Amino acid sequence: MTGWTVLAADGLVTLQDRGRPGLAHLGVPRAGALDAPAAALARRLVGGGVDDAVLEATLAGVALRAGSSRWVAVTGAPCAVAVDGRPVGHGRAVRVPAGSELVLGPARAGVRSYLAVGGGWADEPVLGSRSTDTLGGVGPPPVRPGRVLPVGPADPAPPGGDVPGVGGGWPGEPLLRVDPGPRLDRFAAGTLGRLCATAWSASGDADRVGLRLVGPALERVDDRELPSEGMVAGAVQVPPDGRPVVLLADHPTTGGYPVVAVVRAAELAACAQLRPGDPVRFSRAPRA
Amino acid sequence: MDAAGRGTVSGGLAGVVEVGPAALLVEVADATAALDLAAHLRAVRVPAVEVVPGACTVLLDGVARDDAAAARAAVAAWAAAWVPGTAPPDGEVVELPTVYDGPDLDDVAARWGTDRDGAVERHTATVFVSAFCGFAPGFAYLAGLGDDLAVPRLATPRTAVPPGSVGLAGAWCGVYPTRSPGGWRLLGRTDALLWDPSRDRPALLAPGTRVRFVPA
Repeated sequence: MTGWTVLAADGLVTLQDRGRPGLAHLGVPRAGALDAPAAALARRLVGGGVDDAVLEATLAGVALRAGSSRWVAVTGAPCAVAVDGRPVGHGRAVRVPAGSELVLGPARAGVRSYLAVGGGWADEPVLGSRSTDTLGGVGPPPVRPGRVLPVGPADPAPPGGDVPGVGGGWPGEPLLRVDPGPRLDRFAAGTLGRLCATAWSASGDADRVGLRLVGPALERVDDRELPSEGMVAGAVQVPPDGRPVVLLADHPTTGGYPVVAVVRAAELAACAQLRPGDPVRFSRAPRA
Repeated sequence: MDAAGRGTVSGGLAGVVEVGPAALLVEVADATAALDLAAHLRAVRVPAVEVVPGACTVLLDGVARDDAAAARAAVAAWAAAWVPGTAPPDGEVVELPTVYDGPDLDDVAARWGTDRDGAVERHTATVFVSAFCGFAPGFAYLAGLGDDLAVPRLATPRTAVPPGSVGLAGAWCGVYPTRSPGGWRLLGRTDALLWDPSRDRPALLAPGTRVRFVPA
């Protein structure tokens, strides 16, 4: 038995890779790691390929028993990492011997931590990806205690080479750069300015589908139903209650709420790490 | 066109709007035009990761900055050749055997000014076309009913609609691929497997597919 057994998974824990691009017209969300740069860093630290799957733990951490010796790396939201009770580093490759227990503690800041393993988590791909889509249920189910996660074959030698991107502090209040949305004309004049001038905070019901924001309602001036249209990750949708939602990786592929602004792709990782109540602001992106 | 890329409807094209730096939303006259444009853009291998038809739009997502001009040119080429009133693309016809025993069948029949048999007759006489997907993997918005047969959504959505349920919302018809909450008025149910990721074609009713409901 070379699989790794899940001992504890309190928050949402899912397998994620780069997702399922190209299927949006069938109603299949892209899915994939919400903090993509952190997931990519974890893969690089263990010498993995760009399509290797990692575990995405949400707030509460995860514990596993190693079925085989492997290098692992934890990135993203900072958390305690221990092998058989011995603290090891976050953001670096660590060797875990077969039979050992690896524990990721709760996130000390941010929301989502990533665990990469040498050889990658090797669950059967669905439509070309091992990502769990929490909206449509495509891909492997969320990880629960008792599940045995297969791992791919890996070179036992330590991963070598420089890995840029490690270190640096945890970002403070993120400033999300936005472009004007395609349905700005459905809002009162000056709404984009108000979006950017307002101190928002992340709501308590953030999930992989969208980041909901708490603040003053944005005023829609055209309440006719918008015929359903394709949605992009980062779209700032405004439902009838006026509270904006930033669409994340598991967002529905089409929708009928007007989009007031679009968050730049590079900022979505920051959206993925906002805790309920965390402050967040928007600013107009410079014209490319 | 003005600075936002909007213009008058000509050749089926109403405008091209940027959705951030890597996506374009093409606005067209109606669902038929959207389907036709989406099929055209796929056929010419438009440089986009996603080509997503909507009710009267096509979204091109994942367009690299250097490819935006080529993507716009592909849209313009389609618009120049588009003829209003063009029939929906000649997609395969899928027949869905349907048991008409839905909880809203009587209500829909009353709204249509007919009885159960009359409602079933109208529904089965219609050749629908899958205009676009959304809401859930494999959930297709089926066009074909006239606006005079449009019905409002339920005021309070059901918390759980069984898979295979056939419903109406507005002038759209849809079949729930999986168990989910839903506010569509339910006419009946089909055993057809709408969504199966292990199939070559995971969505039975991919955009462009024509659909006929037959009494089971």
